[in-house]
Amino acid sequence: MKALLLRDLKLAIRAGGGFGLGLAFFLIVVVLVPFGVGPTTELLSAIAPGILWVAALLAALLSLDRIFALDYEDGALALLATSPLPLEALSLIKAVAHWITTGLPLCLAAPALGFLLQLTPQAYGMLIFSLLIGTPALSMIGTFGAALTVGLRRGGLLLSLLVLPLYVPTLIMGADAVRRAADGQDATTPLMLAGVITLGSLAILPFATAAALRVTLR
Amino acid sequence: MPDLGDYAFEILMSYGISIALLIAIIGVSWVQARRAKAALQEIERDG
Amino acid sequence: MSLWEYANPKKFMEWTGPVLVWVAILAAICTVVGLVWGFFFTPDDFRQGSTVKIIYLHVPSALMAINAWLMMLVASLIWLVRRHHVSALAAKAAAPVGVTMTMIALVTGALWGAPIWGTYWEWDPRLTSFLILFLFYLGYMALWAAIEDPDTAADLTSILCIVGSIFAILSRYAAQFWAQGLHQGASLSLDKEENVADVFWIPLLVAMAGFVLLFLALVLLRTRTEVRLRRMKALQARARRA
Repeated sequence: MKALLLRDLKLAIRAGGGFGLGLAFFLIVVVLVPFGVGPTTELLSAIAPGILWVAALLAALLSLDRIFALDYEDGALALLATSPLPLEALSLIKAVAHWITTGLPLCLAAPALGFLLQLTPQAYGMLIFSLLIGTPALSMIGTFGAALTVGLRRGGLLLSLLVLPLYVPTLIMGADAVRRAADGQDATTPLMLAGVITLGSLAILPFATAAALRVTLR
Repeated sequence: MPDLGDYAFEILMSYGISIALLIAIIGVSWVQARRAKAALQEIERDG
Repeated sequence: MSLWEYANPKKFMEWTGPVLVWVAILAAICTVVGLVWGFFFTPDDFRQGSTVKIIYLHVPSALMAINAWLMMLVASLIWLVRRHHVSALAAKAAAPVGVTMTMIALVTGALWGAPIWGTYWEWDPRLTSFLILFLFYLGYMALWAAIEDPDTAADLTSILCIVGSIFAILSRYAAQFWAQGLHQGASLSLDKEENVADVFWIPLLVAMAGFVLLFLALVLLRTRTEVRLRRMKALQARARRA
């Protein structure tokens, strides 16, 4: 299992695209917002939690179609399916690899971007924390979506249509946690709910992902 | 027509749009059904 | 004879032919009676005025928007477990009807709330949940359309339907949580749970029955179409091979 994880990480880094591209996209989206809504500080600080979370969502979306595509195209996926490693475990590992290469960098880059959006200082900690809790869900849900669309040509757009509605609960909780922290309020409830969603996704979705992979590999 | 008062627009729009949507789904389904039936009959005849 | 025998495509076509006609007639009667009664022959509500007339559209369509998805869920499970093609095709057939119901629910919900909110859209938690459901329907239909092999499509869309159902329920509660901060306070309590007087309730029941029957009629009609299309493809494939 570890070997698989390391392999995927190496592939992602070598391909260069996944790693830096997600972060660059995150930056671009955040930079675009003030141009769109105007540079008023009150407005920006008020919407910063939401914008940062939405931008994180979109950045996570970028590298999803690559999760299984390369392995599917060159037949590696079919081989992995016959290995003693269950497809459920494979799905989980793919999600973890996606998180390490996309989710985690987002969490670390977020404060810098929060600064650009005039995020209230007391919310920075919660920003990182909520992203750390929520982005694994994004990766797992995204991996599920990627498995559904892996066999399709140009499945990227369809992937977004399928995955984004599934992201809504995590988005609601994550952004709410940061907003509460910005107002100086207690953010335990949304944070816990976000955690529940993440844990639930990690528990259930590997099975759905594996089922989808089995269908495609038939 | 009952006196719809201030809300005439909202009520009429609701009924108008809803009925239009229902007619649309019924119409489309009906046309699709007829076409499929005709096409199948043709293939079964030729086959 | 087991109930499952009726799921055989040929048998399905046989028994649904006459049934469809009756269901359609009943649907037309109930829907027209319910809506006409509600629109023309009910009084205004003392709180909501004449906008209460919208419930005869909103409640039945909202009910069916959700029930359509539930039916798709059951049909998907039956397909995954028992591999009855008619079940998979029924789920596929139900989606456009469900999406139409969702659209009606959204439009009527927004218009109903407009006089109270002062605006034509409000991120009311119930309406927001329906908006999310709308997106799920779109995704489901898009996935069916994107996959060539029908059995693969049936399998993948079934999995999507199941996972989607879990997240749809999750989103409902998340939307309620999310909308707590609305400065206006409570969401519109437009539901049937509210104590509705008989004079409104009975035409509402008739309209609801009409929409249920309409849904059934449309799903039967559309599933028959899908069955025919499937048979056509099979015959064409056979002809090509010959």
